[in-house]
Parts: sequence; C-alpha cells; structure tokens
Amino acid sequence: MKALCWYGKEDVRVETVPDPKILNPRDAIIEITRTAICGSDLHLYDGFIPTMEAGDILGHEFMGEVVETGSEVKNLKRGEKVVVPFTIACGQCFYCRRGLWSACDNTNPNAWMMEKMYGYSGSGLFGYSHLMGGYAGGQAQYVRVPFADVGPLKVPDGVPDDKVLFLSDIFPTGYMAAENCDIKPGDVIAVWGCGPVGQFAIRSALLLGAAEVIAIDRFPERLQLAERGGAETLDYSRCDDVVEELKFRTGGRGPDACIDAVGMEAHATTPSGIYDEIESRLMLETDRPMVLRQAIQACRKGGTVSIPGVYAGLLNKINFGAAFGKGLTFRMGQTNMHKYMQPLLQKILDGAIDPSEIISHRVALRDAPRMYKVFRDKQDHCTKVVLDPKAA
Amino acid sequence: MSSQHADFPFLRTRRQVNQRKGASRALRIPLIAGGATLAALGIKRRSLLGAGMAAGGGLLMYRGITAKGAWLPTLIHVRKSITIDKPPEELYRFWRDFENLPRFMRHLKSVRSGASRLHWVSTGPLGKSFSWEAEIVEDRENELISWRTLPGSQIENQGTVRFQPAPEGRGTEVRVELLYRPPAGRVGAAFAMLFGEEPEQQIREDLRRFKELMEAGEIATTDGQPHGRRSKVTTILKSVSGFGRSDEQMGAQRVIS
Repeated sequence: MKALCWYGKEDVRVETVPDPKILNPRDAIIEITRTAICGSDLHLYDGFIPTMEAGDILGHEFMGEVVETGSEVKNLKRGEKVVVPFTIACGQCFYCRRGLWSACDNTNPNAWMMEKMYGYSGSGLFGYSHLMGGYAGGQAQYVRVPFADVGPLKVPDGVPDDKVLFLSDIFPTGYMAAENCDIKPGDVIAVWGCGPVGQFAIRSALLLGAAEVIAIDRFPERLQLAERGGAETLDYSRCDDVVEELKFRTGGRGPDACIDAVGMEAHATTPSGIYDEIESRLMLETDRPMVLRQAIQACRKGGTVSIPGVYAGLLNKINFGAAFGKGLTFRMGQTNMHKYMQPLLQKILDGAIDPSEIISHRVALRDAPRMYKVFRDKQDHCTKVVLDPKAA
Repeated sequence: MSSQHADFPFLRTRRQVNQRKGASRALRIPLIAGGATLAALGIKRRSLLGAGMAAGGGLLMYRGITAKGAWLPTLIHVRKSITIDKPPEELYRFWRDFENLPRFMRHLKSVRSGASRLHWVSTGPLGKSFSWEAEIVEDRENELISWRTLPGSQIENQGTVRFQPAPEGRGTEVRVELLYRPPAGRVGAAFAMLFGEEPEQQIREDLRRFKELMEAGEIATTDGQPHGRRSKVTTILKSVSGFGRSDEQMGAQRVIS
C-alpha cells in the first residue's frame, strides 16, 4: 500500500510499504477513505517530538471502511464505515472505566519510555512517535486499528466523510477544551490560536453557552473563519498588549477562561517570544510556552486555563506566581476521545455544527508531503488539509 | 536489608546477600566521573579550597568504586508492584497455573508443573536455553505463591508473588519479589545477555504484560506492522538491544484462549 512515512525534520515521503495485518484478536483493518493532516503532525514534521524513527507512518485523523476484523471484534462488520479515535484505549482498565480514555493503562507497548519522562504512561496514539506506542498511522491506504471493539464509531449511511472525519481528533479535542472551561452563563472565553482545534473550541464554547468568545490569531483567513463561527476576533499582530486588550474588552474583569489552542510551537516577536526562540535553540527548554504565559496573565481571578495545544517537555519562565495568586484552575491533556465521539456525531447529524467548513484543501495522498509544508507555513490560506488515499 | 528479605530465609541464612554499605550500582559511573572531575579541579586550584575539593572528589571516587554490587552483583533483589483491575482470585488462579507464565514473561519458553516440582525453561541467546527445577515453598489460596529453585539449578532464584485487594474499586495490588544469583562463567555471560543490565525493568515489563493480558485480554503490540525503510543504524541498535525483539521470537503467546 501507499503510506506517508517520516524520515526526519521536514522530510516526509509517500512510500510503498507492506499492507497491515491483524496482529491481535481485538484488531481490525480499515481501508481509509479520508485522512487529514493535524496541526500536531506539524510538531513531528518540525522534529519537535522525540523517539521518531525513519520510516514511521504518520497520521492520526482518519476514517474508512472495515475490511477485516480479529476474532474478538464482534461489533464491526466488513464494509461498515467508521471514524477512528486517535487515542487507543482498551475500555477495561481503571482509567477507561472512569472516562479517562486517553490515560488508558494497557495500550502503549512502550509505556516504559513514557514512564521515564512523565512518571506514568498515557494511552497509545496512532502515528505519533514511539514514546506514544509507535503505532503505524493512518495517512495511508490501510491501517491496523487495535482494540477496534471499543474505538471506532460507526457512521450512518449517507453522511459525507468530510462532515464526520474530524470526530477522529480535532472536534472532540476542541470540545473537551471548551468543556474543561466549565462554562457558566455570561462567561467570556478567550481562545489563542484559530487553527482547526481553536475553531472547534470556539464553536463548542458557544454551543456550551458562552456569552462571548474572543479569538486570537494573526492570519486573516483564520480570523474570518473564527468570526464565521461566532467569535469576536483579536489580531495580535495589530495589538500592543493582548492582555490589556482582553481586559478592556471584558470591562476590566478578564476572560473567565482562557484556551491555549497553540501549544509548544508558538511564535511571536514579543520579548517573551524572542526569549523562547533563544532558549529553545540553546536546548534550554523544549517547548515555547508564550501563549500559556499570556493566558495565565490574562485569565480572571479564579478562572480556568484550558490547554488543548500540545506540550511535550520542559517550559521555562512560567508565571506560576500569577497562577497561584489568582487561584487559577488548569485543565489539559490528550482528549478522552471515546467519551465525546457519539454525542458529537449527534450534534453533526442534528445540524448544530458542520465541521467540514474548516477544510481549505482536499488533495490526494501523494500530495501530502507538499501539503505538510503549505500547512506549516500557512501558505495559500491553508486552514485544514484533507487527504484522499483513493484519489489517483 | 534483612527485613526486605524476610521472604527469603533460604538465601538469607546462607549469608550471601551482598550487605556491603555504599552507593547503589546506578550511581557508580556518576560518582567516579564526578569525583574525578572535582578532584582534578581541586588540584588545579592549589589552594585550601582546592585541597578540600580534591579530597572530596577522591572520597566520591572511592564511594563509586566500592558501590554496592559495583562490579559483579552476587545476588539480585527485585521488588515490583502493579495494580490490576481484577479480583485477587482471578489473578491468583491464572498465576497458579504456572504453565500460563510464558504468556506474559517474555524470557520464559515453558513451565511444566509436576506433582510438587516446576520445570522452567527460558530462552537464551543464539537459540540456547536455560532450565531449572523449582519447588513451591508456600501457597496461600488467592493470597500468595512462593517458590525457590532446587539445589544444582543453573539459575538459582526464589520468588514470591502476593495478591492483595487494592482500595475500593481498584482491583488487586500484585507484588513480586525475586531474588536470584546470576551464574558464573560462560553461563553467566549468556545470562547477562538474556536478562540485560536491568532485571528490574524486565520484571516490570512482565508485570505490565500480565496486567494487559488480564484486563484487556491481549498484550498491546506493534510487532509486525508496516513501516517505511528504516535507517541501518536503528536496525542494528534494535537487533543488539533487548527492545524491539518481537514477542513471536521470544515465544510469548499473547492471547487468552
């Protein structure tokens, strides 16, 4: 089959590799009909995530048709259309049974690696480094899905792929970020980053009853998309002081919750941004947390900082004193996918939201290497790239 | 030390537990290297402070060189615990059927149990295998199993596994203690290759696989999945290190049938 393989920083290629096969009784093989490049794939593309190996197949947002099932997968049949969550969960451990699916105990074959870095290991993820399990990803024609009896969500006939594809990651991820804000009537939510996860966080916050969402970015097409989703916008490149601006717009109170939908690769020309640029180049920190600092600073007393943006390692000069002084709550982590997929599918079927509106590019799998660069550099008004492995 | 070995009267009474005081094995290299650096810097200073630094560095080096089990561990003691979301009875029953152990213990090829004897066979490098005979020393239903090798075994060891109910709704705390003496000579070298530098890690991984098998019914794996061309360096590193060896190669059976 054809698959997009990682070979190093800014080096991804479509290669011919063996087809996947069933390895365990709870596996299924899916023929992929749609897959997407995630913003977090760009961290791999940029070489920010350790424990990648040349030849690793990328991709964790995908859907397709069941072609084969292991002996213990009783709920899926050949030919059924499914969306697959990017986190792999067993459904039977302490964490899965409490809805903390992304903390599953039993799905990371390299748990020992993550234990060394983080103390304990979370669930395995598709196509996201050996630290996260080393599972082959879904930017390919076929993929092996472990624990397929609990993960994949069946899609009703007649629903276009593009409407439900993002149930595989970014819609639930944006939704959980908003849910983590514990939104009360009248709440104002500030969202840093109007990429795909930010867009879904904006829409979800409004669905959950936020009075106002302020969306922060600098790319006009992304701000327009945020506006279409119902947000007020703030172009930080035209603003001297984001924290002051947020204070002004909220009558001096500050946002009730702040969502960092940017994560470890933030960039800015502010002193905080330049500091991170230097520190990360000198390997004195691994992540560039300037958005996180700003969110902490901007958040109202007793408010919540919700972090769907990915952080991986060590962060410097975090204004933890401000967080303590204001009594902030922090919510974060990989998305507990399995909890959100069914209810969010219902919202799509009810017409409350159309996730496909964020798609800017639809291309064949063979165009993926070029599109990684386009998406990373935000060229060509790129907001979201969807790949069709069946297209010639 | 002696309280930790309460479960191992057999080995303890033979007084072969390495009781020398000192830093643990893991600290050996940092102690020696750090000590040498400090001493060198101290000597260069040619002052009172320098003399102190040199003396301190020397002391660190001494502690490193004499570290506990620094050069050849005479007896290895491993303790590991894991919580498994299943009742003690179920876990005890699975373990008590010793022939199940190779399903999650990567280095075991087979365990055959006779009337009161257990015959263990482990995989070794280059297709060789080790075997040893053991007997059950203590067996408390749903609570504890303790075993030890019979005299004359290639690999002398004894172990205990306990199954204790975890706090409300959390299943069972499984605790394994293992005490073994690596064999000497050529067998010892092969043994070291087999069990690696970190027996603790091996036991921890075995327990993790036990948990996966009991909770999820299978052991998570990526062995046999597709990938693009690997770099030569990675391939060589993987074939040399223990990691990346496939379960099939190690003879593990993954599935509860």
